[in-house]
Amino acid sequence: MKHSAINDPFEQARVEQGYAQVSDQDDPVTMLLRLKDVRKCAHNWQTFQSGAVPGRIVVPSEVSIRTTRQIPFEVDPPLHKSFRELLEPWFKRPLQADYQQQLHQQIETLVKSVLLGEPVEVIEDFALVLQSRALTLLLNIPFAESELWISWGTHVFRSEGEALDGDKANILYDYIDAQIDKAMAKPGDDLYSMLLAAEVNGNKLSKEEIKGVMILTFAGGRDTVINAVSNTIAYFSEHPESLQRLRDEPEIRGRAIEEFVRYFSPLTHMGRVVTEDTQVCEHAAKADTRVSLCWASANRDASVFENPNEVVLDRKMNPHVGFGFSHHNCLGATHARQILSTLINVLCENVQSIDFIDGQENIEHWDEFKRKVGYHNLNVKFNPA
Amino acid sequence: MAKITFITQDNISVVVEGQSGSLMALAVENGIKGIDGDCGGVCSCATCHVHVQADQMQLAGEASEIEKDMLELDDNVSEFSRLCCQIEISDALDGIVLTVAN
Repeated sequence: MKHSAINDPFEQARVEQGYAQVSDQDDPVTMLLRLKDVRKCAHNWQTFQSGAVPGRIVVPSEVSIRTTRQIPFEVDPPLHKSFRELLEPWFKRPLQADYQQQLHQQIETLVKSVLLGEPVEVIEDFALVLQSRALTLLLNIPFAESELWISWGTHVFRSEGEALDGDKANILYDYIDAQIDKAMAKPGDDLYSMLLAAEVNGNKLSKEEIKGVMILTFAGGRDTVINAVSNTIAYFSEHPESLQRLRDEPEIRGRAIEEFVRYFSPLTHMGRVVTEDTQVCEHAAKADTRVSLCWASANRDASVFENPNEVVLDRKMNPHVGFGFSHHNCLGATHARQILSTLINVLCENVQSIDFIDGQENIEHWDEFKRKVGYHNLNVKFNPA
Repeated sequence: MAKITFITQDNISVVVEGQSGSLMALAVENGIKGIDGDCGGVCSCATCHVHVQADQMQLAGEASEIEKDMLELDDNVSEFSRLCCQIEISDALDGIVLTVAN
């Protein structure tokens, strides 16, 4: 297999039965694998609930390491809508010109710093740095804060192994508590202060609710952005002709970003808790069990996507679910798209080609399914334009 | 050049002119409220949902299967629904009136 390719381990199960059962701690999950089923279940929040016990819709389950409800992610309509209405204007700020300028400057500075001829380890020294710095814009806090987040390393919820690590997660939770206290003492124009001043349905947000929004903002946009950025770099290292094409045809860059999100699917799946006995794909799904919406599988569904296992840079019809679907679609998608768009613009302006040196793939294991989601480490050399 | 009218959910009518590209891009350029076009026009986000006037459906044309599947699960869908990223501007669209769905 080519080094930048992302495999589709779900094809056979998707075609033959449309679902697969995988284990997770003591709470097994029925993964839904076809695009139409994934979309229908994502839309049906009454039967496929997000507002279950905090941490349960995440796979692997975070029930044992988290009690704070992530908001609006683990809240269902109608309250979900009220939270989204509060948060959407803030999370659409990446569409503003000054935000885009600052992001461009951040990414240009980073890319120029790696154009010195020395090999670069992309995960820790590029993608994590880029993601952390960009997050200061999303939170509207000083750039210097990113240094602390970079020092946490890539795994905020996990130690070196795959297992969830409660102590490690507490570093983030304690940090967020302290930041909320700081904003209470001295309000500013950051996200914490906006939330402290806000009301939802006529009520002020509790500190626990604000913490829930902030945990989501930190956790939801960390591994996903790092995977998207590092997979993009790996892809260009193998496909210099694609970097050249995007340089020559800037008008297709928007489509290329959507195609990267489809093909890389930085988040493999997300769970829901079934609220009543029902069926998925003619398979019984009992109340109080879990299903997952497998974005990665749905995005390779050959009944919808032509040549699903190829990156087609200018794919015109691309109804992917890389940012989820329906009510709970990704709140950070505007920020993520702006990061990818800016990265591609800066690479086109400054980088002629990228040499792949070596890398260790990050493979997720869901029982018999083994899916590459990114890299543990990736060494490349950036060649200036 | 085609004159296109968008009517937003707060009942404000905006007339814009376009020559080429998609109706979604034209709406976003002109800041039409309720048309976000998050995915840039690849039929992935359904944030450009409009209702076409009943007697103008033939101008807009029929939605593709993929577009219909997207619309099926969107709020406020009707038999006159289209995702306007999938409608290319041409002179034939001159005078079309589109009500923003969300």
